Amino acid sequence: MEQKQALFNYLLRLGDNAAILGHRLSEWCGHGPELEEDIAIINTALDLLGHARSLYTYAGEVEGKGRDEDDIAYLRIEREYRNALICELPNGHYGDTIARQFLFDQFNYLLFSELVNSTDETVAAIAAKAIKEIRYHLRRSTEWTLRLGDGTEESHNRVQQSFHDVWMYTGDLFVQDESDKAVIEAGIGPDLTLLYPVWQDKVKEVLKEATLEMPENGWMQSGSKQGRHTEHFGYILSELQYMQRAYPGCEW
Amino acid sequence: MNEKELWNLLDEVMDPEIPVLSLVDLGVVREAKLANGNPEITITPTYSGCPAMKVMEEDIEAVLQGAGFDEYRIKTVLSPAWTTDWITEKGRKALQEYGIAPPEQATSDKNVLLGHPKEVTCPHCKSRQTKMLSQFGSTPCKALYQCNDCKEPFDYFKCI
Repeated sequence: MEQKQALFNYLLRLGDNAAILGHRLSEWCGHGPELEEDIAIINTALDLLGHARSLYTYAGEVEGKGRDEDDIAYLRIEREYRNALICELPNGHYGDTIARQFLFDQFNYLLFSELVNSTDETVAAIAAKAIKEIRYHLRRSTEWTLRLGDGTEESHNRVQQSFHDVWMYTGDLFVQDESDKAVIEAGIGPDLTLLYPVWQDKVKEVLKEATLEMPENGWMQSGSKQGRHTEHFGYILSELQYMQRAYPGCEW
Repeated sequence: MNEKELWNLLDEVMDPEIPVLSLVDLGVVREAKLANGNPEITITPTYSGCPAMKVMEEDIEAVLQGAGFDEYRIKTVLSPAWTTDWITEKGRKALQEYGIAPPEQATSDKNVLLGHPKEVTCPHCKSRQTKMLSQFGSTPCKALYQCNDCKEPFDYFKCI
């Protein structure tokens, strides 16, 4: 595969992870379980949208067809989005959101810790900026996992179920294809198969401390690298893209 | 105008969210040069998603235009990543007086070592008996604390 195309695909995936999870988190705005938490989760969403903007802008430059961050964010169809499936899952109750966030943050933290050393200067610069924020996200979602898991019987049981429910989407985070291989060879991004055991250990450690059981690996849903989404994704796009579809090119 | 005067001019541009802190004191202005007499300014965001960047850029433009410059360039860079260490002493003092606890520098307190929140001094009564309410405050760059002595809640400028 051509190097440029592989890098473009890679940047889209990173950008889509951030944009779609950021959008999901933003749905909590005004609905958080308490004021501080409402503010915290929206700030996390804002950080992620910031990462998405930098990554989309660079993806547009690499592609070289004159697309900017907005074109990439708003004017693609469903199959062209390449975010990991876990990012698009509905918010559910707060335990569901925390389980999804903790598992993703742990992945994102390991990934960006490596991207800081990317041979691609722009990727390294974006990662150096983002990692400081992702470290904060991980600390927060870890604390909430402990609080809910080692909380009341009710919170323990519910968040345990959340981890079971989301588990089948974790395998998709580590799937690699031709673009990944090209990116790994060029030293732009890390080999995810090397990150997987570290991710597992870290997750296990926190779940144990939270008195939660680590779900067993069963059927893993995948497909994000080919743009095959869950049934929830179309609804996100219809909201996210409404303005650009109804009023093409609108700005404010 | 020379470059020193250009820096002084930029020191008049305040952070839109914290109007007592100039962009120079915040460490957002990284470079200010004159190329053939035209200003070339380099700025960097505090946080990736900082929504104030656009306003900051416009505020800088307004000050440059006010000083009679027609041609100028404002460039945004991500690297090296902004750190709270770039907030000047003058800036730290301004934050304190405004009621925002400036980022704690030397980490000798053992809380950090044990993974607990940092000890932060209350900007109102100077007590060290404070507690963190939330890791995020009114903007991404701040956390929310409360003083156990004077009971006042306050923003703490997070150390990154």
